[in-house]
Amino acid sequence: MAAEALVELENVRFARGSHPVLAGVDMHIPRGAIVALMGASGGGKTTMLNLMAGTLRPQSGQIRIAGQDLQKLSEDAMYGLRRQMGMLFQHSALFTDLSAFENVAFPLRRHFRLPENLLRKLVMMKLEAVGLRGAAGLFPAELSGGMGRRIALARAVVMDPMLIFYDEPFTGLDPISVGIIASLIKRLNTALGATSVLVSHDVEETFSIADYGFILAGGKIIAEGSPADLRASDSALARQFLGGQPDGPVPFHYPARQDYAAALRDSHAAGEVL
Amino acid sequence: MAMLEFIPQLGRRALQTVPGLGVASRFLLSSLLSVFNRHFSFQQLFRQIYGFGVRSLILMVVAAFFTGMVLGFQGYYALVRFGATSALGTLIALSLLRELGPVLTALLFAGRAGSALTAEISSMKATEQLSAMEMMAVNPLAWVVAPRLWAGIISVPILCAIFDLVGIFGGYLISVPVLGVDGGTFWAQMQSNVTFSGDILTGLFKALCFGVVVTWIAAWKGYTARPTAEGVGNATTLSVVTASLTVLGLDFILTALLFS
Repeated sequence: MAAEALVELENVRFARGSHPVLAGVDMHIPRGAIVALMGASGGGKTTMLNLMAGTLRPQSGQIRIAGQDLQKLSEDAMYGLRRQMGMLFQHSALFTDLSAFENVAFPLRRHFRLPENLLRKLVMMKLEAVGLRGAAGLFPAELSGGMGRRIALARAVVMDPMLIFYDEPFTGLDPISVGIIASLIKRLNTALGATSVLVSHDVEETFSIADYGFILAGGKIIAEGSPADLRASDSALARQFLGGQPDGPVPFHYPARQDYAAALRDSHAAGEVL
Repeated sequence: MAMLEFIPQLGRRALQTVPGLGVASRFLLSSLLSVFNRHFSFQQLFRQIYGFGVRSLILMVVAAFFTGMVLGFQGYYALVRFGATSALGTLIALSLLRELGPVLTALLFAGRAGSALTAEISSMKATEQLSAMEMMAVNPLAWVVAPRLWAGIISVPILCAIFDLVGIFGGYLISVPVLGVDGGTFWAQMQSNVTFSGDILTGLFKALCFGVVVTWIAAWKGYTARPTAEGVGNATTLSVVTASLTVLGLDFILTALLFS
């Protein structure tokens, strides 16, 4: 990872109440790369995206994007920086009262005063790039899950961002849509000269497009490297995650206060199941 | 022993509530001040005034008409015993202008527009639309919350004025043609006993306060709802209940203050 880092995290800690989510994370994301953040559900991946996007603040540690320390930015400066970021949300987060066209046009209309014909061209270019120019007039309720995700992708990149976040972009989609989204992420990253951070637990699809990956467990990074490095990792946790084994360092059973036999005895005595 | 438990519990509740009120007040203030934010849109404001105000008109007019007519009957029933039916116009006008107009407008507004406002904002939150907006560098307070808050604050006093007017007309229809009170006396008594600053403005000032409170509660409940289907439902119910009770409580405080 010799390339210049666009995103840098240093010893980032974050907790929700008394529950620690991130326990000292260091991470360097090089400019121009597609970087995957993987790990079990509830492992703090989405929290990390929100920290990088500045919608959450860490309890300690530093997050720098393009050399700017997020903790030191004023709210206005943070909004300014976000104009250079795009995010694809897990459930698309399209504005339900706006058509596909207006959804994509939304950031442009809010930030610039463009003549209508120029705005149309910019929006149509992005819709064409995701293959949905023909769906411009449809409303979110009329779109399939995969189409909605593509419209949301067009909206995320309409301002030509330098940094694009993808939160579980493959979840809940059919195999064709998964393939389309994966190839779009790759193509858009190259075409826009952007850097992409991808949160996913879909190992195969993610490895097919990612240049580098991090595996997150227990609030720390347990393995990092190219997809090939990660597959060869000797960490038992990484192997359990990548191999999809139900039991291992991450136990199948959620910790219980009593052992199973004692719990059965007690519930039998009390005449109830729980 | 129960009392000893109760006192620290009360203290804990107060300690939880007070910071919450502070955060809600900051939310109100920064939303209202977002009118100066570059993402505040007057087009959105007019659209919301149309949605909240104009589309609540039929409800207000029907409710006001019936309220006025009932006041006519009820007032006549009481006044006729003292031979004072000439004061019926004054009674109807004062009841509507000072109390029933602002309070009923606010309660109906909470049910009609406040609930819709909470449901809209909370479902936008549940479907990540507010987060998406923030990621697109558009402040949701300025684009979503502020136009709705201002629309409520502007609409309620106007709706209240319309409520008063229609209510008085409903009262007139019952008093004069139906119950046979003299029309000239009805209007003349009303004109000489109702003051502009003391009665009409007082009522409209109350309506303004209620407008702030109802839309503030509705927006706050929506903005802080749990992002689930159940959360949206609960927030909507709580919004109407809290707003209605707050309006009634605040009405007592305002009446007591303005009365003296």
